[in-house]
Amino acid sequence: MLPGFPDAAPVAGLLGGVLIGLAAALMLLGAGRIAGVSGIAARACGISGDGMPRSAAWAFVLGLPIGAMLIAWITGGIEASFAGYVPLIVAGLLVGIGARIGSGCTSGHGVCGVSRLSQRSLVATATFMAAGIATVAVMNALGPEVLS
Amino acid sequence: MTRLVPLLSGTLFGGGLALGGMVDPARVRGFLDIFGHWDPTLAFVMGGAVIVMAIAWRIQARMAQPLIGATFALPDRTDLTPRLIGGAALFGTGWGIASLCPGPGFAALAIEPAKAAAFVVAMLGGMLIVRLFEPQR
Repeated sequence: MLPGFPDAAPVAGLLGGVLIGLAAALMLLGAGRIAGVSGIAARACGISGDGMPRSAAWAFVLGLPIGAMLIAWITGGIEASFAGYVPLIVAGLLVGIGARIGSGCTSGHGVCGVSRLSQRSLVATATFMAAGIATVAVMNALGPEVLS
Repeated sequence: MTRLVPLLSGTLFGGGLALGGMVDPARVRGFLDIFGHWDPTLAFVMGGAVIVMAIAWRIQARMAQPLIGATFALPDRTDLTPRLIGGAALFGTGWGIASLCPGPGFAALAIEPAKAAAFVVAMLGGMLIVRLFEPQR
């Protein structure tokens, strides 16, 4: 599809991105809030005291797997290749801690904040992208067994 | 309506993540692997989302209040702090290890329930750890 990148899916990626943008736009214009998944999840679980009503936060979080299920059903299944349980748990802890300390994640900073040209979100997004790229480079150097 | 709008937003969001390939950690890892076999798909996902949201922000600027609810409740901080950068660095390290972030973690509960649940529970545990050390937040 994309010259030089046989594995890339630019059309599906762009369409998926537009859907994510519409989702965040609906949250912004409809409910007046940022569609930041980490903040909303923390709110749903009672970890964060501020934000939307808890029932609204739960409704958003519940929608995420429902949407993925619908796409899997429409497209006839989704391939996904996950790391082993130990790296998943280590990664989850770091993602949870980092998202709370850093006031957001890929959705809140990366989509909602970057599109608003928020200085904080631009810096946060550049930082977590650089850290992610460096981490993958280090893990590649260590070999595939670190992911098992 | 107060629950329908977030439910619809979450469903669109999860559908977009799945359609864009972001529920597959192998694809996200391909994006972060710029020194190896780079897969630019995530850039298209982010580009599509940011373009739509940039338009939404222009519309928001002309609105006195959201369609439901009385006021906009939006972040207004502009300060760059060590917390912001340190937190984002920790987040990015975790993102690199399993190539999952919060949205795809929840969405993947419908695709690979056991592994996605392990990630999500650990992530909520991490959030709780921050909360316990900073009870005022």
